[in-house]
Amino acid sequence: MDLTTISSVLTPRGLDELPSWEAGDAWLAGGTWLFSEPQPSLTRLIDLSSFHWQPSTIRPDGLGIAATCTIAELNRLELPTDWLAAPLINQCCRALLGSFKIWNRATVGGNLCMALPAGPMIALTAALDGVCTLLAVDGSTRHLPVMEFVLGPQKTALRAGELLRSIDVPTEALRRRTAFRQISLSPNGRSGALLVGSLGPSGGFTLIVTASTPRPVRLSFPGLPDAAALRQAIADGTQGVGWYDDPHGSPDWRQHVTGLLAEEIRREFEEGTAR
Amino acid sequence: MKLTVNGQLQEAHHAPGQCLRTLLRDLGWFGVKKGCDAGDCGACTVHLDGEPIHSCLLPAFKAEGRIVTTIEGLAGPCEISSGPPEQFHPMQEAFLAAQGFQCGFCTPGMIMTAAALNQAQRQDLGTALKGNLCRCTGYRAIWDAVAGIGHVEVSGGNGKGPVGSNLPAPASTGVVSGRTPYTFDLAMPGTLHMKVLRSPYAHARIVGIERGAALALPGVVAVLTHEDAPGRRFSTGRHENPRDDAADTLLLDPILRFVGQRVAAVVAESEAAAEAGLRALRVTYETRPAVFDPQVAMRTDAPLVHDPADRTPPEPGEDAPPLLAHPNLAAEAHGAIGDVEAGFAEAAAVYEQDFVSQRVQHAHLETHGALGWLDEDGRLVLRTSSQVPFLTRDALCRLFGLEREKVRVHCARVGGGFGGKQEMLTEDIVALAVLKTGRPVKYEMTREEQFTAATTRHPMQVRVKLGATADGRLTAISLKVVSNTGAYGNHAGGVLHHGCNECLSVYNVPNKRVEGYAVYTHTLPAGAFRGYGLSQTIFAIESAMDELSRMLGIDPFAFRRLNAVRPGNPMVSTSLEPHDVLYGSYGLDQCLGLAQAALADDPGSPPPGPEWLIGSGMALAMIDTIPPRGHFAHAAIRLELDGGYGLAIGTAEFGNGTSTVHTQIAAQVLGTTPDRIRLRQADTDAVAHDTGAYGSTGTVVAGQANLRASLALAEAIRSTAASRMGVEPSECRLTRQAVETPRGAIPLTALADGPLLEVKAESDGSPRSVAFNVQAFRVAVHPETGQLRILKSVQAADAGVVINPMQCRGQVEGGIAQALGAALYEDYRFDDEGRATTRTFRSYHIPTCADVPRTEVLFADTYDSVGPLGAKSMSEAPYNPVAAALGNAIRDATGARLTSTPFAPDRIYKAMMAAAAER
Repeated sequence: MDLTTISSVLTPRGLDELPSWEAGDAWLAGGTWLFSEPQPSLTRLIDLSSFHWQPSTIRPDGLGIAATCTIAELNRLELPTDWLAAPLINQCCRALLGSFKIWNRATVGGNLCMALPAGPMIALTAALDGVCTLLAVDGSTRHLPVMEFVLGPQKTALRAGELLRSIDVPTEALRRRTAFRQISLSPNGRSGALLVGSLGPSGGFTLIVTASTPRPVRLSFPGLPDAAALRQAIADGTQGVGWYDDPHGSPDWRQHVTGLLAEEIRREFEEGTAR
Repeated sequence: MKLTVNGQLQEAHHAPGQCLRTLLRDLGWFGVKKGCDAGDCGACTVHLDGEPIHSCLLPAFKAEGRIVTTIEGLAGPCEISSGPPEQFHPMQEAFLAAQGFQCGFCTPGMIMTAAALNQAQRQDLGTALKGNLCRCTGYRAIWDAVAGIGHVEVSGGNGKGPVGSNLPAPASTGVVSGRTPYTFDLAMPGTLHMKVLRSPYAHARIVGIERGAALALPGVVAVLTHEDAPGRRFSTGRHENPRDDAADTLLLDPILRFVGQRVAAVVAESEAAAEAGLRALRVTYETRPAVFDPQVAMRTDAPLVHDPADRTPPEPGEDAPPLLAHPNLAAEAHGAIGDVEAGFAEAAAVYEQDFVSQRVQHAHLETHGALGWLDEDGRLVLRTSSQVPFLTRDALCRLFGLEREKVRVHCARVGGGFGGKQEMLTEDIVALAVLKTGRPVKYEMTREEQFTAATTRHPMQVRVKLGATADGRLTAISLKVVSNTGAYGNHAGGVLHHGCNECLSVYNVPNKRVEGYAVYTHTLPAGAFRGYGLSQTIFAIESAMDELSRMLGIDPFAFRRLNAVRPGNPMVSTSLEPHDVLYGSYGLDQCLGLAQAALADDPGSPPPGPEWLIGSGMALAMIDTIPPRGHFAHAAIRLELDGGYGLAIGTAEFGNGTSTVHTQIAAQVLGTTPDRIRLRQADTDAVAHDTGAYGSTGTVVAGQANLRASLALAEAIRSTAASRMGVEPSECRLTRQAVETPRGAIPLTALADGPLLEVKAESDGSPRSVAFNVQAFRVAVHPETGQLRILKSVQAADAGVVINPMQCRGQVEGGIAQALGAALYEDYRFDDEGRATTRTFRSYHIPTCADVPRTEVLFADTYDSVGPLGAKSMSEAPYNPVAAALGNAIRDATGARLTSTPFAPDRIYKAMMAAAAER
């Protein structure tokens, strides 16, 4: 929609051209959320696309994803064959509520910065131990795991004027086997629960719970737990976080299906059928 | 900036925060539609350098130097002012052949998306089209278009006449090429834009509005407050008799009765200036206690929604508010036949339960809105998105004290209605702005306003009690209905009474009783919605019928056969007063048989897994083909100089398909082809009067007027030809080109050269007939997650003679899809202060392509003695039995009875847990 309060759009070509941050400023990446709701408090957009960041880089130590990498670009990536987690990318892209047309514009960074409980790029990068690189107004840089970046519904660790530059996913995580489960109230609807499990070469098991909780919950085990231990861990891990309540699922149902999906993931690994 | 659009290098001005959609429409590419303005509906889809995108989400500046293709240019480069292309793109051809649209508002975006799909995406259309919403079709016609399956027939092909053939909609080529104009597809220089400030409080009094700061802003032309508005009360609900709806609404009211009610409006040179003006208004409110629950509103100490102390005594000629049992009642319905208690006493089985139907939005893709101006004669003209242009004209005349001749209301093609546009929600305030400024004014509701300030279905709680003998004869039925009409009483009484009528009169029960209350609350006003009260009561009664058939061990189809009316039985709800409803034709027996056989013959898709629970269920619905107490239509048809015909009718086209039907009826009678019938419609200048396209009347009432006019014109043409040739009229036969007589043919053009051959006719909507629908489902339910899959869906419909089977099937499919939305997903949420929190399609899920199963649509073979050429109505009816049939199937599969919609997996899960706990 038209954002009628916007009086200017800046298109800096490099970080040195960034203006000083003011009230009413917003970063513009794909714009698929920014332009989807009234933004009466905004007066200036600072376009990140003019930086022309390389959307992604495959390095020996892992995958670098620029915040401005689109969902479509991420989904098209050809990854090394020993990165067993590769199918998870498409699974998470498909979990996005937006259609493939949205994939053409929406960015990975945008999905993280929105910090919606159902944000599938959050689930993806959290499950793969992603680390965010943040640029501050003064040019300084800090790093935060995705789990510490997303704090709650539409709440992140970003400070005023701070910018999400990229998300780095380590090779160690990409070599894990993963299992993905998602459920929603309608066949292609917004996730009511989205869980990703991963199993490392040494048997370590990690479960990321998203969409059913207000923010991602990460559960780690030295080895694959039994059903009871997993159930207990979910109960313990979600204590104080709670179960999310919105039109995409009632909290008690979300709690219930989270348990079901987690157990499905556990069994998938137990039976060794995971890819 | 420069960009290339459809092969044209264009220079465009854009504001910094503008989206590409607005830029393209400002250039005149009106094929790019504004549906949700939020990236959810896909109506604005264009190609950017060949890649499909939602143009409402793309900042306009990002299109600089890029190549944009809109629906107008999909088939090749074109000019803004061109018509449909000579050669269509293959996807446009496919949508033409399948008639993959109804109102057509979503079609440009649908085609632009479908045209960009690869083979794999076409195989998984549910996923590929999840960013494209269609509210009319139920998607089957779109599936068929993408799959290359055609349905459209050539006129006169297969030796058939126009009636009974799958003739294409007259606007087809314009719709698929984005060239058919809708309400807002008109550029009028000097147009002012209006934005409306809406109440943040559920109940408050406006103490003061400081407008100086707003008026001082550049571009702001006027601020409208309650001080500027006429003091006459009216109802937004429109009926033939304006007294049907309580006059409880002011154009701008200092008393605010729901979050979202108009507070003030700003009229400005641009939308941006109008929005800035809204932000500059300083309003002081005095808040008051509010009541949201209709049960609470009926308590003696409840806050009053319409406090008599707030109201000046009615002026002479104005209706006084009706006297009801409680000041928060908008309407009541009470009636009984027989002795209900005695009936229950003699029953072997009695079932009693509360059923709750939620509030749902119409979600037509074109929002409400109107453009108004003064024409050269100083006449007030409104171009509006309405189902009732004539009744709106009359309402405006009364409101502003204008003569009928001083107001013209007309519609372009309307982007969906479903009853929502049987209201005056924008025209009054646009008229006020035009009269105040003397300039053209446009007001287009946003999608958010559509959710927070337009009308909805009436939320209802229905307590049903039903008894039967051991051999399955119904002995008594009682209903207690509490309907939440919201802050205003538009359609409150009509919906309550209609909702308690056909659902009862369809059954032979000696003892019936109704107690109904439509209650004012401080919530969004409900209004007319497809089914008009019946979807809510039928959900209750048909669910109860299912439970009773289980208690008695009788098959549900047999149970209906045993108790449903058949010709000869009086159709009685709870009054023995004579009425004008008769069995013009009766196809309920066929519908029950067709649906039952279809369910038995084909189990449908296999369940997703062995653990899924399987069940089937059915429900029936009856509906009067026309609303009661007068529904009028006028038609005028004449022979034109080129030998074609000009047909003027009042009804609007909003996807109902009546334009096709009208040309088919006239062509059939006049022995010509529909392309020779030029339609002029939905314009108060076109004919004397038309009550409007609501209550499923587009075919049966306006079609009747058309039929009468066409028959009389055919007679007049034959007589003229006969006297010229010296033969008897009975010896003359009309053809497409000429009148054939025993002494040779006279070309129609030669007859048209003489005195004008024109006939006017009317119909009054009485007597009325009944139409029937039987819906059956087989479903699978996951025992642990509550997820539901529809394995088989069948609906049998008695529409009398089906004038256009392709279109009528589309109406049935669309009705089922819309009903599935309400039965499965659609859920308005409000916070504790009465604010609607579901304000986008992201949070209010209407069915997408993946959500709607293919339905086997079967038609009964009957000929209605009341309707034109044997036809009956079929537009609201398909919606009505769906929720109950689905609930009954879920009950069959799981043992759990769901008593409130929507049946989302989280609720199914909860109901299964509760049912398991009871066992």
